[in-house]
Order: sequence, then structure tokens, then C-alpha cells
Amino acid sequence: MSSYTAPKSLLTPAGILTRAEAEEICKRALAVSPAPETRVSIGSSARADTRFAVNQVTTSGENRDTNVTITAYVDNRASSVSTNRLDEASLAAAAKQAYEIAQLVPPNPERMPELGPQVYPPSRDRDITLPNPLDRSLAAKKVTEMARAAGLVSTGFIECRVGSSALANSKGLFAYDSSSSVTMTATVRTPDGTGSGWACSDGDTFDQIDAQHVAATAVEKARTSRNPVAVEPGRYVTILENTAVGNLVQLITGAMQARAADEGRSFFSKPGGGNKLGMKVVDERVTLISDPADSPRSSGGYDGDGMPVEKVTWIENGIVKTLNYDRFWAQKMGKEPTHSGGGGGRGFGGGGTLKMIGGTASISDMIKSTERGILVTRFWYIRGVDPRTLVNTGLTRDGTFLIENGKISHPVKNFRFNESPIFFLNNLEMLGPSMRINASEALGAGGSTIMPAIKVREFTFSSLSDAI
Amino acid sequence: MAIFSNSRREFLKTSAAAAATTAIGSQVLSGGDIYAATRSAPTIGDPATRELMQVALDVAKSSGASYCDVRVSARRQQNVNVRDKIVQGVSDNDTYGIGVRTLVDGAWGFAATSQLTKDAVAQITKSAITQAKANRASQLHPVVLAPTPGNQVGEWKSPIKTDPFTIPIVDKVALLLAANAEAAKVKQVRNVTSSMFFLREEKTLMTSDGSYIVQTIYRTQPSMTVTAVSEDRTDFQSRASNDVAPMGLGYEHVLDAKLGENAVKWANEAVQKLSAKPVDPGKYDLLLHPSNLWLTLHETVAHPTELDRAMGYEANYAGTSFVAPPEKVLGQLKFGSPVMNIQGDREQPGSLAAIGWDDEAVKPIRFDIIKDGIFVDYQTTREQASMLEWYYKKVGKPVRSYGCSYAQSWADVQFQRMPNVSLLPGKNDYTWDDMISQMDKGIAIVGDGSFSIDQQRYNGQFAGQCFYEIKGGKIVGMLKDVAYQFRTPEFWGSMNVIAGPRSYHLGGAFGDAKGQPGQSNAISHGCVPSHFTQVNIINTGRRA
Repeated sequence: MSSYTAPKSLLTPAGILTRAEAEEICKRALAVSPAPETRVSIGSSARADTRFAVNQVTTSGENRDTNVTITAYVDNRASSVSTNRLDEASLAAAAKQAYEIAQLVPPNPERMPELGPQVYPPSRDRDITLPNPLDRSLAAKKVTEMARAAGLVSTGFIECRVGSSALANSKGLFAYDSSSSVTMTATVRTPDGTGSGWACSDGDTFDQIDAQHVAATAVEKARTSRNPVAVEPGRYVTILENTAVGNLVQLITGAMQARAADEGRSFFSKPGGGNKLGMKVVDERVTLISDPADSPRSSGGYDGDGMPVEKVTWIENGIVKTLNYDRFWAQKMGKEPTHSGGGGGRGFGGGGTLKMIGGTASISDMIKSTERGILVTRFWYIRGVDPRTLVNTGLTRDGTFLIENGKISHPVKNFRFNESPIFFLNNLEMLGPSMRINASEALGAGGSTIMPAIKVREFTFSSLSDAI
Repeated sequence: MAIFSNSRREFLKTSAAAAATTAIGSQVLSGGDIYAATRSAPTIGDPATRELMQVALDVAKSSGASYCDVRVSARRQQNVNVRDKIVQGVSDNDTYGIGVRTLVDGAWGFAATSQLTKDAVAQITKSAITQAKANRASQLHPVVLAPTPGNQVGEWKSPIKTDPFTIPIVDKVALLLAANAEAAKVKQVRNVTSSMFFLREEKTLMTSDGSYIVQTIYRTQPSMTVTAVSEDRTDFQSRASNDVAPMGLGYEHVLDAKLGENAVKWANEAVQKLSAKPVDPGKYDLLLHPSNLWLTLHETVAHPTELDRAMGYEANYAGTSFVAPPEKVLGQLKFGSPVMNIQGDREQPGSLAAIGWDDEAVKPIRFDIIKDGIFVDYQTTREQASMLEWYYKKVGKPVRSYGCSYAQSWADVQFQRMPNVSLLPGKNDYTWDDMISQMDKGIAIVGDGSFSIDQQRYNGQFAGQCFYEIKGGKIVGMLKDVAYQFRTPEFWGSMNVIAGPRSYHLGGAFGDAKGQPGQSNAISHGCVPSHFTQVNIINTGRRA
């Protein structure tokens, strides 16, 4: 048994592998691999979380794990084997199995050669400690106490994650990165179930979490959303708060794969052939970028092949500037591969937080300028309906209001929508400042994105929901 | 139990005896056959593992825990992914670790580690205790566990015929490539992906009330998606093979799925969808195939009858439930029409939730959730069953958990997850074809598609894979851009005819998400072709 099954002495306080430790494991794995070419990737993570419900803490958990994936290449054949057992024998067995299977699978003519050493941005100094259970419990208590005092019922979650990752190959490439992220969310409901409010605080470290703000916002939204009235579904002037914008706008970059576009299987396919690069698809005030500099504490210095992640402008002034080219498709189409860290999917992949450039209007400016419209806090259960148009369906949740004559007049019943971010970003009226929010479905730590609140001329709500 | 060599057992015994800090974690390859479960867990059920788990129980007891359970799990997963003629990925993942849950003065704490040493186990147990004590700070109502016999000792294994990990990778790859080639022969097909996923989890559970249980769970899913693109590149349509469900079976499920044969059918259907007629929105009678209905059942019946949702415990993510509060709905709420009978179980052979004992050592039983259209019971764990003591006393049922405790891995704490939740067949002999022939005008839907529902499970919108226009008891053509949208009680209230046992089919999913941090549950839902009257149909093909 090697020292690596009990590497306490090598670990930082949160139990995450340091660069030196990760490099050492990579070297050992590469050394035991019988394959002519090998890639090793390591993910080391620790998590501490606390849940509360019905105004009390219900569960909490802490765990840590390190996983090593060894990919063997035999010519153009590849196979990967992962294990969380880091002793010598387990790594050797994983490497051997990967090699033996790689010899048997058919060659992949699209496989790109492994990259050699790359130059990465300098590594950043990161705080990778985790808060103790009592501190988490006390943060939860700020919400539960305020809700209880107001005669309301709170439920919520605090999740703290730290991690490090490394990638190495037999051509001498070595990449390492570490990350830290924390999210606190709370849903506060009225005891009679007629009102519900939600709030979130998202940060890199626990000390950036503002539990007081989460408590106050969720309590206020619960109070004001009580006894909603039904308003006919239809097309409305709509103000989307930052989280609601993030919920839907991140679906655009998830669909920006060049190959699917070139093959006619995407919104970004051009009728008749080719793709929409260079075409205007949304209002000229819309610019979407992903930039590692915007997420200094999130992992994302390199992508799955070990390519450094760089700033990517996806849509600039409404025009498609970049589609995501993987290394094979870039070579085939005579393009540069996109250094985006994957470029897509809900939650966006590893390459920097997605950001929509904001404007200067405040939400109250947007409300004041609205004669009749709807204000949306956030969306829920968003699923693709038509990939040809990026029409998705989903529902409003935890704070939906009617605006009349420049003021919020009533809470309204939740709506289901069938709408595309492409459509409503063509109906843009006003843009607020961008801010960091968590717009992931499960609202776990690490789901951040940077989005403005916006006002649009038309947003299609297609049916009513009785859910509160 | 899984196969492990004698040398493996011997190694474990020696290592455990060697020193408190000795880890259990290495592995020994058995012979030269790399496919024969060589990377199986270092095992479970052996004295060394048992000794390690006992450390947690001892530390918990001496630290004041009133209850403790310890789970050791070794899970192996394999993925084979193929696109067109290319093998995109072959991966094998194995993870091994231990999780400890402690109850101190009615508050829970949980900690987990992949370091299987006595020191590490003692340390996480202390961490679980520390958390439980910290959590008491904001506790109003202590947890009370419903009684269970305790002293459950035994083994359980999924009823597989062939361990998928014994089948050579080459055979798996060849099967998928051959299926892709069949689909690619169909004109206008532009993209074909297919895959196989296999899981084997060996988990051992030890509880402070004397249970010691070893279970081996298998899951298998073959799948395929075919995409067709129109000549002028103004349309593309896909057909996913989700009428082949993931199952708690072995490699026999892959062979039974007949991907090669079905590939041509699925490819043709993708192409037909390109020229299918866009649906006119409106009210239609609907005939739902079990491959479609299982998902609607999952979202509208299985989720809202989880007791934790009804009590508000999942309000921050998965949501609450319209089937609440318990005192106003149990035995009273009219959920659907009288032909609607719903049961929960963890025993249907080959189903994904089948198990011998749940993750807190309760032996599950089959139970009624909806009887003749009336809601009669929730899904429960030990801590939840005690919340319904008043109801069980009233109706003369014992206060017991239905065995719905589950954690997705060693690193996650167990909580209430749905069992298989199924619609019982009608008392007739009707099949899918009979149901079509009885339909005058309407739409029949096969396969699941886009799905979305609100946080209390009222407003659902579901699509499908293939939509057929029915006139005069016959399929007259294919439709596209179809989704049905409803309010749950009205939808189930409109179900007037359901087919018989001959057409019962288990659908299911691996990735049922709930909880924070989110965990995936694997469940099956059985149902039969069912007819719903006058359901709202929308056209999803809007272009601007």
C-alpha cells in the first residue's frame, strides 16, 4: 500500500491536492502506463453543506474524494479508466486495463494527437478552506430566525465546494488548477402556502456569503407574493431579474457547437448550408463572453485536452462571433480551435463564467417605465422544446408580479412559458448592470454566471400554473 | 456477491490485521482476463470491511449517538459511446468509499471519505457527530425514527443473467457500430449516436441496531439517437430510443433491445418526422403509450406523493406538492378517475428501484398510493413514517417506513427517494392496437420527449418521440411539434380507459434528481397504454 491512500501529510487544510501532490500522482500514473501514449487527469474535491427546512437545520454533510482517470492511446485507439484508489497497485491496474482495452477498440480517425507542454496563466493564490459545521448552522439560523419571527416558513441550502484538478500526458503537458465556490439559497413560504419568495448569495468563499441579505430578500418576496391573482397568459412586456436572464441566456451558448451547426442540426445552422457566424441573431446591445478573468476562483485554466482557456466573445453587438470548434472540427474546416473550455451546455463547461454585458438601468427604472407588464424573479424546470429555434419551456417561480402604471400592483399566479432566448433578446428594451448570480437548476456551488436584469417588449407566457 | 479471488480475501485479512492505519484499497488482478470483473471492489462482506464499519459504530456510540448507520460502497460504471462509424469513448470508472450517518439528540450529521483506514473512519464519524451537535442549534423538532425490526442480516443481488462487465468491450463496440450502420443506410440520416451504460454497485450497510446487509445492484442501458436533416437544411428531427428503458438487469437487456433491428425503424421515423404535419393546437383525446406515460406518471404522481415534499422539506429546490397538507388529503383527495390505481414497490424483477433492503435497513413492502382514484398514502422513510402516526392509527395500518431511503453513493447522505411507482393495469385484455382501434379521433404518442412541470406538480407539459393522428380507429399519419399541457388532477381525472396486463411496460430513468446537494435516483414506472379525454395540445414549432 502506497503512502497515497493516507496522504494526510500532503494535504492542505481542506484536503485538496496541491500542485506538487497532483504532479507526483500524474508522474506515477504515467510511469506505470504500458501504453505508447497516455493522458492522466485528476479531480480532487471536498464539500461541506448544510440544509435547513421548516425553520430548522435538517441535514448536513462533509465529504472528500480524489479521482484519477487514465486514458491510454494506441495509435488512434483510446480507452479511459478511472479510480479513486490512488495506491500503486490500483493505478497500475487502471493503466493496464485502459491499455488493454485501447488495443481492442476500432481506431478513431478523428482523434487529434496529444498536445505538448502549454503555457497557462500564472496560478492564482486561492483560499481553499471550508467553513465548520457551526458556522454553517449559524448562517442558516439567520434565515430560519427571521422567517420564524415573521410567521413564515424557511427552507434552504448552503453548499461549499473546493477542488483542484490536474492534467498530464506523456508528451510532457502538465496543467493544474484549483477552485472554491459557495452558494446559499433560501425559499421562504407563507404557512398557508399562498406566497413564496426566494433569494441567493453566490461567492468564492464562505465569508462572501450574505446570509442576512438572503433572509431579508426571501422574507420580503414571500410577504409580497401572498395571494396572487390570475392574469391571462399571453405576450407581455416583461422584466426579467438577473437570475431569470441567466436561466435562459445560458441556453444559447449551450447550442453554439460548430459541428452541429455545420451539419444542419442546430439553431446556428444556416438554411441552405453553413452556419450563422457573422450573422446578426439578437439585438445589437447583446454581447456574450466567457472570460477566465471573470471567475478568478473557479477552476477553468485549461480544457479537457489541456488547451489553455482564453477569453471568448460568442456574440458581439448581436452578431455571432464565435462557434465552438473542437480540435478535430477546426482542423477539418480550416479554423482555429476555440479555447473556451468546452464552450457549452447548461452551466457552460469549464472555461470561465458566461457573462452578458450589462447596461445602466435599474430594476426600479424598468418598473417605472412600464405601463403594464410582468416582473419575474426566476424560472424553473426549463427544458428544450425545439432545438431549431431554442424554444424552451419552463415556469416562473418564487416571486412573479404584475406591473401597472409604473408600479408593482399585485403578485400574480405563476406562468408556464414557451419562449426562446433568441426571440426575447430581439425584443430588448432596457439593460441593467451585470452581476454574479447562480442560475443553475440545482443551485449548487459553482453554478455562477454574470447577468444583467433586462426588460423586453414581448415575452410569451402560454399557460397558468396553480403552483406557489 | 461479486467475484473476487482468494488472494484478494487473504490480502484484506492480512492488511486489516496489520495496523490501524492500513488501508483497504489495493486490488489484485485475477488471472489474465481483464474483462472478468478484475476491477471489482475490494470487497464487501469480508471481515476487514466489517471491522472498519464497526469502528464507526463504536465511535458513534461512545460519542453519544442514539443511532448510527455506516455504508461502504464500491461502484463500477462503464460507458461505451459511438457516433456514426466512430468510437467516441470507452470509459470505466470505479469509486470506493464509506459514509457515516449519526443521530445525536434527534439531529443528523453525515460525513464520508474515500480513505478506508480505521483512522479516517474514526475521523469522519467524529465529523458526523460534530455536525449533528452543531445542527441542534436551530432544531425545533427532534427526529423520531419509526420502529423497524433491526437485526436485518442478509444478501440481495439484482436478478441478472449476464454480468455486463464479463462481456468483452470489442463485442459491445461491434454491436453499436453495426446498429449505427443500419440507421445510416436510411437516406437523410445525418447523425447517429449509440451507447451502452453499465453499473454495478456493491454496498454493505451496518446499523447500530444490529443490521448487516450486503447487496449487489446492476443497472444497464443501451440507447440510440438518430437525427435526420432535410435536404434544404431548414429542418432537422431526432428519434431517441427511449422506448428501450434503463433496467436493473444485466447484458441480456442489451441483447433484448435489438438495437440493430430497431435502428432502421427509428431512422425511418426520424425521416418521417421531417415531413410530418404540424399539429393544429386544440383539445384532443390522447392515447399514451407506456414509453411516454411513465415519465408523466413519474412527474405528476410519484413526485408529489413524496412525504418530504408534502411537508415542505424540499421547498428550496425540487419543490413542495399539491398533495398536501397530509391531514387534508390522506384518504380524501380525488387524484384521478376510478380506474387509477397506483402502487409503490421495490420488488418488480428487473426494475431500477428493486432492492432487498433500503439504505436504513428497512425491508420494503408493496403499498397503495392511490386506490380507485383516491390518494391513500405517501412514500416514506423511518423518520417520515413517524410523522404520519395519527393517520396510520386511524386507518389501522402499522407505523412503518415503506423502505424509501436511498443515497446515490457512499459520499452522499441517504434521504427519501421514490420507489418504483406504477399504474396497475386495467381488468381487461386490451393491447395498444386494441386501444387505437377503439379511438375515433385523437393523437397517439410513443416515447418520451421534452418534459417540464412546476414545483407543486400542477402544470405539466410533455412531448414525445412519435405522434400519430388517429381517425376512425386507425393511424392516418404522423404529426410533429406536439406537446400536451395539463393541470394534474384534471389530466388523471380524464383517464377513462386503460389497457390490460398484457401491455404492461416498465419505463424508467437513472437520473431522477432531488435534494441538495442534488442526488440521482434510479427508478422504474410500470404502466399500460391509457386513454385520456380532451387534453390541451399545443404546437411547439413557433418560429419567431
